[in-house]
Amino acid sequence: MNIHEYQGKAVLKQYGVTVPQGEVAFSVNEAEQIAEKLGGKAVVKAQIHAGGRGKAGGVKVAKNLDEVRTYAEQILGMTLVTHQTGPEGKVVKRLLIEELSDIKKEYYVGVVVDRATSRVVMMASEEGGTEIEEVAAKTPEKIFKEVIDPAVGLQAFQARKLAFAINIPRELVNQAVKFMMGLYQAFVDKDCSIAEINPLVVTGDGKVVALDAKLNFDSNALFRHKDIFELRDLDEEDQKEIEASKYDLSYIALEGNIGCMVNGAGLAMATMDTIKYFGGQPANFLDVGGGATTEKVTAAFKIILSDPNVQGILVNIFGGIMKCDVIAEGVITAARDVGLDKPLVVRLEGTNVELGKKMLNESGLNIVAADSLADAAEKIVGLVK
Amino acid sequence: MSILVNKNTKVITQGITGATGLFHTKQAIEYGTNVVGGVTPGKGGTEVEGIPVFDTVMQAKEKTGANASVIYVPPAFAADAIMEAVDADLDLVICITEGIPVLDMVKVKRYMEGKRTRLIGPNCPGVITPGECKIGIMPGYIHLPGRVGVISRSGTLTYEAVHQLSTRGIGQSTAVGIGGDPVKGTEFIDVLEMFNNDPDTDAVIMIGEIGGTAEEEAAEWIRDHMKKPVVGFIAGATAPPGKRMGHAGAIISGGKGTAAEKIAKMQECGIRMAPTPSEMGSTLVELLQERGMLDQVITKK
Repeated sequence: MNIHEYQGKAVLKQYGVTVPQGEVAFSVNEAEQIAEKLGGKAVVKAQIHAGGRGKAGGVKVAKNLDEVRTYAEQILGMTLVTHQTGPEGKVVKRLLIEELSDIKKEYYVGVVVDRATSRVVMMASEEGGTEIEEVAAKTPEKIFKEVIDPAVGLQAFQARKLAFAINIPRELVNQAVKFMMGLYQAFVDKDCSIAEINPLVVTGDGKVVALDAKLNFDSNALFRHKDIFELRDLDEEDQKEIEASKYDLSYIALEGNIGCMVNGAGLAMATMDTIKYFGGQPANFLDVGGGATTEKVTAAFKIILSDPNVQGILVNIFGGIMKCDVIAEGVITAARDVGLDKPLVVRLEGTNVELGKKMLNESGLNIVAADSLADAAEKIVGLVK
Repeated sequence: MSILVNKNTKVITQGITGATGLFHTKQAIEYGTNVVGGVTPGKGGTEVEGIPVFDTVMQAKEKTGANASVIYVPPAFAADAIMEAVDADLDLVICITEGIPVLDMVKVKRYMEGKRTRLIGPNCPGVITPGECKIGIMPGYIHLPGRVGVISRSGTLTYEAVHQLSTRGIGQSTAVGIGGDPVKGTEFIDVLEMFNNDPDTDAVIMIGEIGGTAEEEAAEWIRDHMKKPVVGFIAGATAPPGKRMGHAGAIISGGKGTAAEKIAKMQECGIRMAPTPSEMGSTLVELLQERGMLDQVITKK
């Protein structure tokens, strides 16, 4: 789960990480009031769940209250298109109004779970402010890493090693260490999946400050973090994805026109790949999971059909423990319920497959049966063309 | 032979009184798996389906001589269940549970250091040696005893591969689902090494997906060590970056872990890649035919 920059900064502040003074504004008036408290000068920052906001015109420095108003009016309601939003962009509904920082130098600090070591790793670089992926690709020697033992947590010596390696000014190393220790503690306490400070800055008045903050959380751990779950912003999520999550369906909207319903994440991805292989474009990823019931299948169908781009549907179920006649029943009920008027190709495999196929054939619905995954993909691609 | 499990494996179910645990335990017994006990704290001394239930894994092991455990407990308690099984010094722990917080698994892996128990999963379908022992949620009837090893990060895609083999009369030595989480007990290389050393495995199908670099590392290992032919498939060629495709581990982040990268690396290391998931079986047939090995893997005409 993602949260906004201002929310991330509030979390980090609880752990002793220094962040600029600022508050969230939902309107131009609020923006002005906050800026007034900050002394008139302020940074106006668009709050959306995507990076690259500065380049897209979502971050402006205002020298006085008039400029705060102007920029707030400009940015609120604007559709920001960045390299992370997709071509449709995201509408800005919240602003962070923050004090100006006197930036001397920018750095990068990030915390992730490293698959190779099965440990939490803290990374730091002197190349702050730019995309860390770019630094990793061009100058990997400029990224320093410390692998953290979960039994004892991040040790001060490790943070010191990182701070010296990235050339934090000597007199500020202790502050940087405190910063990193706080960041790590926030990461493990709140079950983050990513915590990125880019840039971390050293200011003219000798402070180590998180100028930006990107915190992502492990959705599997949200059950023990009610405070974090409350920060979820539904405006930032796809409507269909929200609906799917209510039924415990794993759904991701894509840009094609063939809706897919599959059981199992791997098979769902493989189904999308096969559609593409035969020249079609999948409209979504949808895993109904192992325990799909008639209700779940119906909900999945409705979500797929609520996408106006969908011109045909492919159902691919490898019913193992789950029986094919139960799936067929769900498909038939759902198709009748929603008054399906688009091509539907169904591939069933597994227990009671013959009975399942018979039910589909005798349903009177316009369902095309397929024998294999390839056969199913080829048929649906042919039907939507 | 086979790897990991066989007819001598004595299995206990952790979470046996829960709906999922009970259902799959019954299925396993029906398949012929030697299930000797179950564990549900607080229900020790009772019986379900004629199987004795214990309060702790240690008690279950002492009373039944179990050497393997399968875990169906809910995600919030699963890490604790794994560590309890490791503490009881079992040979093998298979964790089916999906949705365990990743930092819990980081702690589990740290706890397991220096201990001999092997963990498969979490978030996996389990392990099956056809005709001998089924531990997990895979449908038993699609399998056929034989000489091809299957290893995968995905559940239903494993079934897909097994089904394609069985319908061609090609049986499996053992099928292993290592799970879709980023931090897990067993990686591709661990299982490939076992298949390489198993005299009754002649070839391997390896199914990966986007995210991480485990497939690339496995490919290099295969190039340097594997004596047996390997067919591969990678799911997620069409997955957009930054989106988690169901599995916690299936995400392209920072431009890393794409299907294209993995496929190129695997090809370069001598793995025959199936162009679509429908062709995993036929690709293996083609490869084994070229090597004159097809007849020896056909275990049912």
